[in-house]
Amino acid sequence: MFPILTKRLLAPNIYLMEVLAPRVACSALPGQFVIFRTDDKGERIPLTVCGYRPDAGTVTIIVQAVGASTRKLCALAEGDSLTDFVGPLGQPSELVHLPPDELRRKRILFIAGGVGVAPAFPQIRWLAEQGAKADVIVGAKSKELLILHDELREAAANLYLATDDGSAGFHGLVTDLFRHLADRQGKRYDLVVATGPMVMMKFVALATKPYAIPTVVSLNSLMVDGTGMCGACRVTVGGKTRFTCVDGPEFDGHLVDFDEALRRQTLYRDQERTADCACLEKMG
Amino acid sequence: MVKIPRTPAREQAPRLRAANFDEVCLGYSPDEAMREATRCIQCKNPRCIGACPVGLGIPQFIHAVREGTFAEAARIIALDSSLPSVCGRVCPQETQCEGDCILGVKGEPVSIGKLERFVGDWAADNLSATTAPKAAPNGRRVAVVGSGPAGLACAADLAKLGYGVKIFEALHRPGGVLEYGIPEFRLPKERVVRREIEAVRRLGVEIEANVVIGRTITIDGLLSAEGFSAVFVGSGAGLPKFMGIPGENLNGVFSANEFLTRANLMRAYDSAYDTPIRAGRRVAVVGGGNVAMDAARTALRLGAEVSIVYRRSEAELPARREEVHHAREEGVDFRLLTNPVAVLGSADGWVSGLRCLRMALGEPDADGRRSPVEVPGSEHDLPIDVLIMALGTSPNPLIAATTPGLEANRRGCLVATPDGATSRPAVFAGGDAVTGAATVILAMGAGRTAAAAIHASLTA
Repeated sequence: MFPILTKRLLAPNIYLMEVLAPRVACSALPGQFVIFRTDDKGERIPLTVCGYRPDAGTVTIIVQAVGASTRKLCALAEGDSLTDFVGPLGQPSELVHLPPDELRRKRILFIAGGVGVAPAFPQIRWLAEQGAKADVIVGAKSKELLILHDELREAAANLYLATDDGSAGFHGLVTDLFRHLADRQGKRYDLVVATGPMVMMKFVALATKPYAIPTVVSLNSLMVDGTGMCGACRVTVGGKTRFTCVDGPEFDGHLVDFDEALRRQTLYRDQERTADCACLEKMG
Repeated sequence: MVKIPRTPAREQAPRLRAANFDEVCLGYSPDEAMREATRCIQCKNPRCIGACPVGLGIPQFIHAVREGTFAEAARIIALDSSLPSVCGRVCPQETQCEGDCILGVKGEPVSIGKLERFVGDWAADNLSATTAPKAAPNGRRVAVVGSGPAGLACAADLAKLGYGVKIFEALHRPGGVLEYGIPEFRLPKERVVRREIEAVRRLGVEIEANVVIGRTITIDGLLSAEGFSAVFVGSGAGLPKFMGIPGENLNGVFSANEFLTRANLMRAYDSAYDTPIRAGRRVAVVGGGNVAMDAARTALRLGAEVSIVYRRSEAELPARREEVHHAREEGVDFRLLTNPVAVLGSADGWVSGLRCLRMALGEPDADGRRSPVEVPGSEHDLPIDVLIMALGTSPNPLIAATTPGLEANRRGCLVATPDGATSRPAVFAGGDAVTGAATVILAMGAGRTAAAAIHASLTA
């Protein structure tokens, strides 16, 4: 069992949790993910690692209640335990393999949408620790859904906000803000890392292509085991089938077949809706 | 001598069982087992023993069954096998013990598998825990990677020799392929698999789930930081294969591993569990092995019409004969000598059909199997809404990739000697991780052989 040591509401329906999982905390690197099950009848759900403290044995996750299983997780309180919590899974971010002086020379921009901040944050903080602070665009529907604002401000060279309704920062989409930075402010980048909803990553990859900026995306495909056994997470990258769980989750955004990836995310949508309604009813 | 016909094992009626996940075969009663045991003529040179991968004392245990001394039968089996309830159910007996039974020359062989199953189940029901003798703790610890048949057998033997044994399992529940792969209707989880695992635990073996060796800890971490004297890798062959034909990533195309893991490990067929499964209305399963039969019969039980699509003929089907027979009885349609060439999709990206060619068997290839050749102009489409690929599996590359100096071959199988030694000192391996996908009994045998080799290396 994996106890939840702390739980904090970050925004409506979005929680940060510190989970006691010493083995994962000791091995995790930026860009990797875990799979959890809330209880013995639960689904296996992948979730990116937002932080890890080997000394304390804790792993930080950020979860948004969007379906039955994430709702169940969000309903747990401090002191409750997760039945299963396995990881770290997937390949770490490629950035962790580069020497610090090379990182310092690289102009890196993170573009994170919604809870996509969770996978981006450990990479941004890791870069800051190497003396290679990155620029960061964070997008959300509105001001109240912007998360980890203070932490990002501290770890980023420049933090740019974008909201769909204009309630904070730039009024518009992250892709509009990116173009604004590139065209109006003359910002130049050697690498863009996009994390967030699949559709956002698709449009970020489309937006960076004319500027020929290498773009890494972190895919959130459907998974069962997360160790390469089932192939539920397969994705076409550069015409080849890859497994997100073991070959990714990071891929070259300009080579990912996003239309297929988006379609594959809808595989169980009917069942998910039914389960979500049942879950909401049960919780009252 | 009066010839006694082979005693049939009772089964759920096909129509009934095609709509539930309960075990198909109900097994022998004590009377039935004793009657079947009288059919064994106790050959002086029993060919069945030679045909058993672990050399089980088959005539001896059958003799004990015949006498009604079931505990003695269990003792004899336990000398060579730690999983009789499992092997009695899933071994391909027709190509092993029963295939070489002398009675099979003119009639039907002794039903060795059903007798083994009877003894295994009887012992689990009637004998008190841990009858196996156990050595005093010797203070040394061995790590076992994977809790499938190879790992369980290796762990059990090492524990009996006095080692402190810890099994690391990547999934949340132990059992490996017994848990995620083989369906409930063929191998009941609570009644058989859990019981076998509990028996291993009672020997003092510890099982830690949710540990992916190669990610959570490495093999080198086990040998250094975690202080294990040796490691046995029994991580199986869990990587699914696809055909590489157009349309395989359409919505509704699944690996058999995914489909079966959802149904078996995640219990997706039970509405009390959260994991979804898509059974579809018309399902095609590509492949002819046990996994293909399991996937087909699972889809059938979820309410679909199911066809098996296999490129060779009936005689070449690699599945156990009993599984093919059961699948047919339950209403699975067999499209033999049929090979898929493309998956067809609807405008919104869902599977709508499978384009196939008819095949004919040509000359025997190097393996002596007649290879299928395409029949010109035989292209035709099967209308389907779910496609399951059951084309075999290969070992997961993770452990080889994260263990410097651990050699694997081109197919991803770990290179090991017959007694399980790998290219790395203190690292042993066996089962599907070494051979590629094979059988439970071979994996169990490899685990036991490696346990003896580990013991020899640590006491040398």
